[in-house]
Amino acid sequence: MARAALRGRLTWQVADLVDRIDETPQVRSLVLDVPNWAGHQPGQHVDVRLTAEDGYQVERSYSIATPADGNRVTITVERIDDGEVSPYLVDELRVGDKLELRGPIGGYFVWQPIDGGPLFLAAGGSGLVPLMAMVRARVGAGSDIPVRLLVSSRSTGEVIYSDDLHSLAKDHDGVEVIQTLTRAQPPGWSGYRRRVDREMLAAIAWPATDMPRCYICGPTGFVEAVATALVDLGHLPQNIRTERFGPTGG
Amino acid sequence: MTSDNHVDGNAMGGLLMDVFGREMTDALGGCASCGSTHVIAELVVYRSGPGDVLRCPSCTSVLMVATPVPSGPRVYFSNLQWLASRTDPGQPKVKQ
Amino acid sequence: MSFISRGFRGRPKVEAEAGRVPPGQYVTADFPVLSAGPTPNVPLNEWRFTIGGQVDKPLAWSWQELLALPAEDVTVDIHCVTKWTKLDTAWKGVSVDTLLKNVPTAAEFVVAHSYGGYTTNLPLEDVTDGKAWVAYEFGGEPLEPEHGGPARLLVPHLYFWKSAKWVRGLEVREDDEPGFWEGYGYHNYGDPWREQRYAGD
Repeated sequence: MARAALRGRLTWQVADLVDRIDETPQVRSLVLDVPNWAGHQPGQHVDVRLTAEDGYQVERSYSIATPADGNRVTITVERIDDGEVSPYLVDELRVGDKLELRGPIGGYFVWQPIDGGPLFLAAGGSGLVPLMAMVRARVGAGSDIPVRLLVSSRSTGEVIYSDDLHSLAKDHDGVEVIQTLTRAQPPGWSGYRRRVDREMLAAIAWPATDMPRCYICGPTGFVEAVATALVDLGHLPQNIRTERFGPTGG
Repeated sequence: MTSDNHVDGNAMGGLLMDVFGREMTDALGGCASCGSTHVIAELVVYRSGPGDVLRCPSCTSVLMVATPVPSGPRVYFSNLQWLASRTDPGQPKVKQ
Repeated sequence: MSFISRGFRGRPKVEAEAGRVPPGQYVTADFPVLSAGPTPNVPLNEWRFTIGGQVDKPLAWSWQELLALPAEDVTVDIHCVTKWTKLDTAWKGVSVDTLLKNVPTAAEFVVAHSYGGYTTNLPLEDVTDGKAWVAYEFGGEPLEPEHGGPARLLVPHLYFWKSAKWVRGLEVREDDEPGFWEGYGYHNYGDPWREQRYAGD
């Protein structure tokens, strides 16, 4: 069983697109049915491969947005202007189409409720995707581990899973969502209005003495600024795990 | 690093699984240049076209280089002195 | 028959005249930024270009001295081993012939060294006779750091990894010494027209 699962992780599989969810004007979640999917941990990703008729191939990695759920695997894709893969996934792929992928991949940037907490999650832009899988896993497992999720976005229109974030915080004790909008804020906005900095983290992250497990994901600059600030605040580097999406944010 | 045109070892997960046959991003590696220990997921990765360059977060020296030769991905070792499994997924044994 | 992604067409095709694009390449209008390491930050008042190794007397130029040398405007096609080709790229720089003018040598090879530690090797005859420049302008503007500024080597007849970014000097050698990518499985010479991408091609 373990060997079959290991082989399965290295081979390409064909999944069916069963649903599309519009998250923002630029971001769409793709709900995939993957035959014989062996499950995955929150934080892991899949590699997706596209093949054109002339044989040209291109691959990209996408974080899984949901905890394990049978054969269902949901990825969330942000359309990058002039991108090679994301415009196809967001705009062209239709329910009923097939998509080649392999996974799950990732053994470090993962969290499950048995790993304990409290949990501090910091998301920059599309870095929210794998962290959302972690929050959804915590809620789905009925865990009481305290979670604070900091979400940094440029404007309200770019906040992925906006409704879900709102209901997760409202409906579940111990799940807090703190937002910062760095470029434009709507009238009456009471959240933060600037890039994440040491002062903000000092106010909202768990104190270092609580020994929280910290996960930071997003553009490279965001991740490194947040990680540095958390270490400055006394958090141990070994309690901080990071995933960098590169300058464009993936 | 002053520029942010790099990612980290998480992005190499699929390729490293191809070469090593198992998940490698949570393995520990030792830098022969500065002696530091790092989780593979935390290596500084430059996705240059000809290949991916995995550098030590402490001293920037090149630890591994992955190139997409036609027969399949190949990982060259430069200043990676050793690899080890993490026995406790919750806490690394060595302070970084 | 392997899996085909319905409706996926890959990159938009940019047309080019027959014979202009080396085998296996496609034409792009972009200029991808690809680096093996962090972008070096070299203050111009500390920048130097040196020629050393198997020469009677090593030479060095400061930034101001480089700019004072006769320069050329060249328009060339460039070819990256990752299969993109960019047509009609406009550069300004000093011909390597100018830099080697008073440097007699019987040696046959050079290694280009860059700030940040990158190296690449070439036969001396592939950087002379009008085949190579130390370029400091691209598209009429100062060369940006992410594309190799303040100055990079430009050797358009070979794959572009030979056009070392952030170049700081040429080491003249009697023997050939593989550089960075040459040591990691890439072809020692790198002729795009013979598709010499990997060692053994």
